[in-house]
Amino acid sequence: MEDIIRIENLCRNFVVGSETVHALRNVSFSIRPGEFVTIMGTSGSGKSTLLNILGCLDTPTSGEYYLDGMSVRKMGANDRASYRNLKIGFIFQSYNLLAKTTALENVELPLLYNPAYTRRMRREKALEALKAVGLEHRIFHRSNQMSGGQQQRVAIARAMVNDPVILLADEATGNLDTRTSYEILALFQRLHAEGRTLIFVTHNPEIAEFSSRNILLRDGHIIEDTRNSRIGSAQKVLDSLPKETN
Amino acid sequence: MNYGNLIVIAFRALSNNKLRGFLTMLGIIIGVSSVISMLAIGEGSKISIEKQIQELGANMIVVTPANAMVGGIRQNGVIEQTLKLKDYQAIASEVPYLESCSPYVTKSGQVISGANNAPTSIYGINEDYMDIRRLSVAKGEMFSDQDMKMAAKVCVVGQTVVDNLFKNGEDPLGQVIRFDKVPFRIIGVLAPKGYNSMGRDQDDIIVAPFTTIQKRLLAIPYMHGIYVSVIGEQYTAKVIQEITGVLRQTHGITGGQEDDFNVRSLEEMSKVLTMATKVLTILLACIGGISLLVGGIGIMNIMYVSVTERTREIGLRMSIGAKGRHILFQFLIESIIISVSGGVIGVGLGIGAALALRFFLGWPVSVLLYSVVISFLVCTVTGVFFGWYPARKASRLNPIDAIRYE
Repeated sequence: MEDIIRIENLCRNFVVGSETVHALRNVSFSIRPGEFVTIMGTSGSGKSTLLNILGCLDTPTSGEYYLDGMSVRKMGANDRASYRNLKIGFIFQSYNLLAKTTALENVELPLLYNPAYTRRMRREKALEALKAVGLEHRIFHRSNQMSGGQQQRVAIARAMVNDPVILLADEATGNLDTRTSYEILALFQRLHAEGRTLIFVTHNPEIAEFSSRNILLRDGHIIEDTRNSRIGSAQKVLDSLPKETN
Repeated sequence: MNYGNLIVIAFRALSNNKLRGFLTMLGIIIGVSSVISMLAIGEGSKISIEKQIQELGANMIVVTPANAMVGGIRQNGVIEQTLKLKDYQAIASEVPYLESCSPYVTKSGQVISGANNAPTSIYGINEDYMDIRRLSVAKGEMFSDQDMKMAAKVCVVGQTVVDNLFKNGEDPLGQVIRFDKVPFRIIGVLAPKGYNSMGRDQDDIIVAPFTTIQKRLLAIPYMHGIYVSVIGEQYTAKVIQEITGVLRQTHGITGGQEDDFNVRSLEEMSKVLTMATKVLTILLACIGGISLLVGGIGIMNIMYVSVTERTREIGLRMSIGAKGRHILFQFLIESIIISVSGGVIGVGLGIGAALALRFFLGWPVSVLLYSVVISFLVCTVTGVFFGWYPARKASRLNPIDAIRYE
């Protein structure tokens, strides 16, 4: 099967004042369809930089990046924007929903930038995605009327509404409490089980248990790349957590 | 890209942030309406001051006979007999820019009615004189062309004359009074004007047809003067020149010979008027300029801040697939909607405020078309530009830099 993501000797340097910071140094790996990859590392290990490049939000200083068979490095800004719109679903730590905007409008947003969708298709697709994240009863709630977990679900629905080839999550549970984190993780595992490809960046080692592969970064190098044969179930952990009293 | 979708996006963004949109619009509304109402007040005062000065007769020119040298002795101009009816006719027919023109003869004397009498002056003039001196008939009527031709013994009297002659409040209309033994029938009473700036009672006059006074009362072939009014003060100098030319011709004066007449305008008045108009125009320009500047800076600030504050939103939109031009188009539509509707409301409010001032406070206001057009254009263009420019800057950032923008 063709790789969804293949990166070769990826480097990313930042110039801060007179110093050059090497955030990524010759990183290479590939990801196949249906994988659930966690990328781990401490702050400053380069994991967020890597994810931003994978999400076409940032460009590498050198090295090649092939997404779904196309070289992203050779694309112009407009083509990268189209690629983000069609191939990638990005989930942020701080949700990044549009303020005071309903869940439905937030989820519809990527499709508004895709001329292939009519009004009706847009709505159907958005409702479907909201249903998949269990928010079908919250579609007209505005972003400021929802809890953190609900907002992150809206963000996940928004990320998958365009049927991307890959979902990228940057510390998607970083702002959430334990219980809500497991709920989100369980959701990710369900999406994985449905055959979606996911990359989850985190500094929390526990999360690696629930993924199929774990890449460990330190100082811009990959120091470990392991497959996980014993994937834990987030749903089970969730069920074992004490129910909240209020 | 489907631009209809971008319009949907812009409208959603606006309707989800009504307060922000309203506050931005408020800057434009205040900018536009303050310029319009300020200039309307300024222009209103300007017009009312100009009118008051004009009331004083600033565009009036008086032609009088000049004091000539006779055998080495300088004569008093008043006794000169050089101004004739043909001079009046020549001026009336040949000089351009004239509004009105009247011959003028006068005599001081005692006016008598029954047992009462009073000293006053009688003026022989034509109907144009009324416009030139801003006189009007309050009661009765003005004498007609027919009266003029017939040298009819009719007159129109000032309020002071009425008060002096009819102490018991009789109706003066139709009464016959005598001036130097010549009887005149009163056919009208002038509207009171009060004292002039020199302390002269302007109501202590009698006006009668020029022909009557010249032929029946004075029995002279000449006139004491010619009164002329010009259509605008700016032509005064030109008209003085023309009259001088015409009179030199009719009087056969050539080369270096001295004129036997004087042509004078109320130059001081004219100067005051020009000066006042100039000061007011400068004042207006300053008010308008400052209001526009303050309004423009306000709009600039609020637009710039509100769009810069949305850099993260721009980053997010780009991260889910919006291209730079989609961002620009969206912000352009938003700022056009806000600026144009703010501008329209501002125009309405500005004109409304000006009219309200006139209606409730009786201020003289006059809305200037150019103030409406310029303030609307400047404010909306500023609004649109400063809505678009920061959006352009943000749309050129790397999406990840925009989304992390603080």
